[in-house]
Amino acid sequence: MLHLILFSVFALVCVAGAVNLLVQKHPINSALSLIVVMGSLAVEYLLLGAEFVAAVQIIVYAGAIMVLFVFVIMLLNAGEEEQTEGSRVAWLLGIPGMLAVTVIICWALLLHSDMGTASLGALPGPPADIAQLLFHEFLLPFEVTSVLVLIAIMGAVVLAARSESAPEAKKEG
Amino acid sequence: MPILTFIIVAVIKIALALFVLLTAVAYTVWLERKVVGHMQNRWGPTRVGPFGLLQPAADGVKFLFKEDLTPPHVYRPLFIAAPMIAVIFAITSIAVIPFGNSLHVGSITTPMQITDVNIGLLVVLGITSLGVYGVALSGWSSNSKYSLLGGLRASAQMISYEIALGLSLIGVLILAGTFSLRGIVEAQAGHFWGFIPNWNIFRGGQFVAFFIYLMAAYAETNRIPFDLPEAETELVAGYHTEYSAMKFAMFFMAEYANMITVACLASLLFLGGWSGPIFGPQLLQDVLPLLWFALRIFAFLFIYIWVRGTLPRFRYDQLMAFGWKFLLPLAIANLVVTALIVALKS
Repeated sequence: MLHLILFSVFALVCVAGAVNLLVQKHPINSALSLIVVMGSLAVEYLLLGAEFVAAVQIIVYAGAIMVLFVFVIMLLNAGEEEQTEGSRVAWLLGIPGMLAVTVIICWALLLHSDMGTASLGALPGPPADIAQLLFHEFLLPFEVTSVLVLIAIMGAVVLAARSESAPEAKKEG
Repeated sequence: MPILTFIIVAVIKIALALFVLLTAVAYTVWLERKVVGHMQNRWGPTRVGPFGLLQPAADGVKFLFKEDLTPPHVYRPLFIAAPMIAVIFAITSIAVIPFGNSLHVGSITTPMQITDVNIGLLVVLGITSLGVYGVALSGWSSNSKYSLLGGLRASAQMISYEIALGLSLIGVLILAGTFSLRGIVEAQAGHFWGFIPNWNIFRGGQFVAFFIYLMAAYAETNRIPFDLPEAETELVAGYHTEYSAMKFAMFFMAEYANMITVACLASLLFLGGWSGPIFGPQLLQDVLPLLWFALRIFAFLFIYIWVRGTLPRFRYDQLMAFGWKFLLPLAIANLVVTALIVALKS
């Protein structure tokens, strides 16, 4: 019962944050709404028994990535957005698309409504279980991902260095 | 334990922990003024009460009654929210920090900790990583250039040093094999070679990690020599330039509460938590660990103040170079060596 209440409350907070993200005119308010969304998602993970994922969600998304978002908004000192009517394509394709996706998701859920319920703790949630999965079953995808991240870091370094001092970069290269 | 007893015990524990934390915050300010005063050949606070011991109360009353000024050019909602964010996240992490073994009162046995979660360390790291919003948003919403520069410096500095801080803790995690703070302390019980305690700083050679943690923690809490976000010679007071009265006091409380959290974490992870000689009747056995833990925290706070009284401030490029080019590689090297040793032993 308590689970259901907490789930509903934080699901509502999450959706409200997402709507607020779109409605707000000022970028920093939108960024803060996104932090609320991340935080309530972390609570939902916690309610599912995925405590490690919840903690990582907070540390990585709310604590690091969103800080960078806020940092960039502060650095550029972005002002209020100008509101326009929005493009006609967005109205014509966006709303039917949203409706279609909602219908498909509901249909898929109703189709499989006889799957029963997952009990708490049935899926791997504690850090040790996650580590077992990552470093045994999914070792290769894990390592490949790390190579991808490394390439992204190198790309970022190259881009940052080039924009700052183009002649020097050429000399070194 | 029946649910009603559980709730009552939990509420009492939360109230006690909050009370002790806030008192400790107030008296850390007193300690700092006193110690820095003596280091500079002054007396520090002496007028209010014996040894100036009532100074924190006087300061609190002063902060409450001062005019709360809100400059006209600020972005009001965030200007008001920012100090609250700072102080809330600074205080919340006390929820998972254990202070001692367990307390026996009549038939009730309860751990000396508000709650023991198996991701305790991650919770603390997550909450402290959210604390940066208080500083960043106050800097931005003040709409003044000193505050903005302070906020920008703070967010860049805290993100940079968070990485070295996190990596320095992984060695401890490898040795303990758990994220639970209580579990980490229990893994450090006992002695080796007969007399040296099994603390992580001695066993497994985590002293390198300890110093990386200490330095990164100074930067995380914006303390000298890394207090660039509030460098008063360049930025007036950095991110809290525009704040007055209780809002300013909230930033102050957040800073000192963060210092205490860092000291708690350092004692738990590297110095064996609350271990120490235990003797006497049951009640004394329960309370003595609290004393040993408090002694360690006091030592850390004293070092904080000592460093403040001794070291000059870094330049900003030195700060960044130190974090990225020295602490981070050192933390990675420490991690690799620790992992190798543990792998070879098993």
